[in-house]
Amino acid sequence: MSTADVVTSGRLVGDPQADRQPGPVAQWVRFLRSELGLVFLRPRNLALLAVLAVIPVLLGVVLRASGSGGGGGSGPAFLNQVAGNGVFLALLALVTMTTLILPLTIAVVSGDSIAGEAGRGTLRTLLTVPAGRTRLLAVKYLAVVIFCLAACAVVAGVALASGAALFPVGRVTLLSGTTISLGAGLIRLVLVTLYVGAAMSALGALGLAISTFTEHSIAAMAALLIIAVGSEVADSVPQIAAVHPYLPTHWWLSFDALLRSPVAWPELLHGLLSFGVYLVIFLAIAWARFTSADITS
Amino acid sequence: MSSASGTAIASSGLTKRFRSGQLAVDGVDLAVPAGCIYGFLGPNGSGKTTTIRMLLGLVEPTSGSHQLLGVTMPAGSNAALPRVGSLVEGPAFYPHLSGRSNLARCDAADRTADPRTARARIDGALDKVGLLAAAAKHYRVYSLGMKQRLAIAASLLRPRELIILDEPTNGLDPQGTREVRSLIKEIAAAGTTVFVSSHLLAEVDQICSHVGVMRTGRLVFEGPLPELRSRGTARVLVRTAEPALAAQVLTRLGLADVAAADGTASALLGAAAPERVCAELVHAGVPVAGFQTLRPSLEDLFVELTGEGFDVDG
Repeated sequence: MSTADVVTSGRLVGDPQADRQPGPVAQWVRFLRSELGLVFLRPRNLALLAVLAVIPVLLGVVLRASGSGGGGGSGPAFLNQVAGNGVFLALLALVTMTTLILPLTIAVVSGDSIAGEAGRGTLRTLLTVPAGRTRLLAVKYLAVVIFCLAACAVVAGVALASGAALFPVGRVTLLSGTTISLGAGLIRLVLVTLYVGAAMSALGALGLAISTFTEHSIAAMAALLIIAVGSEVADSVPQIAAVHPYLPTHWWLSFDALLRSPVAWPELLHGLLSFGVYLVIFLAIAWARFTSADITS
Repeated sequence: MSSASGTAIASSGLTKRFRSGQLAVDGVDLAVPAGCIYGFLGPNGSGKTTTIRMLLGLVEPTSGSHQLLGVTMPAGSNAALPRVGSLVEGPAFYPHLSGRSNLARCDAADRTADPRTARARIDGALDKVGLLAAAAKHYRVYSLGMKQRLAIAASLLRPRELIILDEPTNGLDPQGTREVRSLIKEIAAAGTTVFVSSHLLAEVDQICSHVGVMRTGRLVFEGPLPELRSRGTARVLVRTAEPALAAQVLTRLGLADVAAADGTASALLGAAAPERVCAELVHAGVPVAGFQTLRPSLEDLFVELTGEGFDVDG
């Protein structure tokens, strides 16, 4: 009650020796590291990454056991090239997993991002620290993007390793018929992985936005997955071809533009533009919602 | 430096109407003096938690304004909140992390916390609440008391000028309640203003210097605890074989609300001195077997302010 008390407590906080405020970069890095620790050390997310790693191996083993070739023309892209060159197992894995398993993984992590904290009540703990709403949202999204890239890298990396173990590896024949060196082929594979990572990051922005509207992370995950699958179904209905280019999933597999010589830039850039537009719109929605929402959880 | 005004929390007309139309908080004007232990009382559902959420910027007021430590909220959140420790509506942490990791998470989220001193500050806070030995255990396996204490530790990660605790003893056993109470006293002794909400009167009675009482969204009393006590009007109760005679004397003395029953007579004491009343009774020949001055308990006053138990208003 007395002024003496107030002065004492004021001095405690203001003491420059005891407490020095970290720089702007350091405080972001520290918060992001904490967030990445939560995302990447969470048993559920580790299990998802493990599943992402196992599927390409199974795919390789099955192809090897069935004696190459596959259905002779039918089946997903790159299926017939795997037997000739293990590098194509990585591309096959990305094609097959981008349709469902990768989006599912991203839905789990991005849907949980804000809704999980709200459901647990830790959102109020973080916001009264104060973490800052915009800062928390930014760190959450950065962690989602890093998880997307990591998930795609796991698929491509494990598939490449098992492809190399199970099949011969050599110069890469592109879709346009040109043959490039293995090194150049691997660079293309890295670019393809980054492209899929960008596609998943755009999906993650959608998931983050949904996540700001609920306290139930399962609801956010399910909603995102329904949107992704629904969009893929719509994308396969020829009667509505006019809307196809605007669907969030339409450009996901356009990375074969990177496997031509020269690279089919218009298609590639169109895809990246689509991801960018989705990302900006849904990050804006997430921000508008999250910075104004009443936190009653 | 900070609370130049001497007021740790000030609000004017703080109001929250939820989208459902429910008026949870209605024109609350708080004035919490710096350095006090302020008990924020009210039955469940009277708007205490919503008020606290508004104070901390979690919920946006429908109208009204408030300041924490002299800083206007919620615009000044980033300046004010690092100086404020809080526990809102029960502890909330990550179940799969240890107590220590949970505090590290809170500290990492604080942009003004110095990472070089984090380890020492975290262990210091754990030590203060007696959780150092259990620091490595998962939050999941903590008892309710340990969870509450961890939440208090989180609010003590840094020296604070104001601590806001919402029902810190909710669900605790008597030992846990005692521990939290002594912790609050310790925090306050160091000069920190403590704002503690509770529906437990005994708790408030023992530690608070000031109280605010909420009833259905309104602040129906605010002031020093002795002021609340003095609001109650005392009664004299005379045990006697001749209650009618006693009642006559009491009426003659000008006491109000005189009642005579089998073996007792009572009246509101008012401004009269009890010793004089007793002397007058004896003087008038009333056989006084017992004489008592009854002051209303804090609970009586509280019920008087907030209404009976199941009497839900509006």
